Amino acid sequence: MTTPTLSSFAAPREGAQTPSGGLAGTDTFHIAGVELTSRFFLGTASYPSPQILQQAIAASGAQVVTVGLKRQLAAGGGTQNDFFQLIRDSGARLLPNTAGCRSAREAITLSQMARELFGTNWIKLEVVGDEHTLQPDPFELVTAAAELVRDGFEVFPYCTDDLVSCQRLLDAGCRTLMPWGAPIGSGQGLINPYALRTLRARLPGVPLIVDAGIGSPADAVQAMELGYDAVLLNSAVAHARDPVQMARAFKLGIESGRLAYEAGIMAQQDMAVASTPVTGRPFIL
Amino acid sequence: MTTINITFNGEARQVPGGCTLAELLEASAQPAASFASAVNGEFVARDARAQTLLAEGDAVFTFQAITGG
Repeated sequence: MTTPTLSSFAAPREGAQTPSGGLAGTDTFHIAGVELTSRFFLGTASYPSPQILQQAIAASGAQVVTVGLKRQLAAGGGTQNDFFQLIRDSGARLLPNTAGCRSAREAITLSQMARELFGTNWIKLEVVGDEHTLQPDPFELVTAAAELVRDGFEVFPYCTDDLVSCQRLLDAGCRTLMPWGAPIGSGQGLINPYALRTLRARLPGVPLIVDAGIGSPADAVQAMELGYDAVLLNSAVAHARDPVQMARAFKLGIESGRLAYEAGIMAQQDMAVASTPVTGRPFIL
Repeated sequence: MTTINITFNGEARQVPGGCTLAELLEASAQPAASFASAVNGEFVARDARAQTLLAEGDAVFTFQAITGG
């Protein structure tokens, strides 16, 4: 058998990413010292039923799911722990959030409650700074993160895409950052790709997860192609006409985007570049 | 018997003086591990509820697990 020697076979492009798995093996990566094989973090809110939530988690392949806490109503508001058992049965690791907090103090108290209630030191730190956009408050986030890290938490801050505030969160002891793609629940996709690219370039060793704002699998593909380590989303699946099928669509999109990032996406050109060799034409016209 | 005024999940309550957080929460008939508690915005761990004496004006809140994004 002869080895092909066609000159049109291109050498691997310089600077291509070293594959961590690709088609040949399992894509593994580490978040907070934990090895994961799924880059899809899924929220558990707003599904049509607990059964659909359960099926969506299974279809997504997610190994990390977010959960929350709510204040109970006066005396004996009853427990709604049936969903909790269902989520536990999924085998996914829990990432409790501090949704609804407006100050570092509130977020710290809620984090301590979450640690006791869910039995994990992982916390998705959310502190809202603006009621209209639900934009994270960078100052309160840094304050809360520093105290929580000192208290033994693994803090996953839901933050903006501002580079300097992200650096301050790292200074505070966060090991993973979760910048927004767009406001929570808006489904607008990545509204500032420049900022996300900048974060990726300036924080090369930091696990980065795009959290919030993703609407369609194409947005997730884009995030993964930018070199983000994972995406976290909820509404885009929960609000789909068929959440289970959408969970699978996102799973495939996230895998596809990661593979493309590792494979090395070709550089764009201003002009056409013929892909068929122009010398040695098979026919003489 | 002296009583003190507190709020429990936003609702005004009168409880006996010397009442502990654990005693207040037992009345809600929920499994102790199914919720988390705070007094005046400060977390009170499950193991510390029995040693936490309630005082006049205290605000007690309990939180439970829910789905979340």
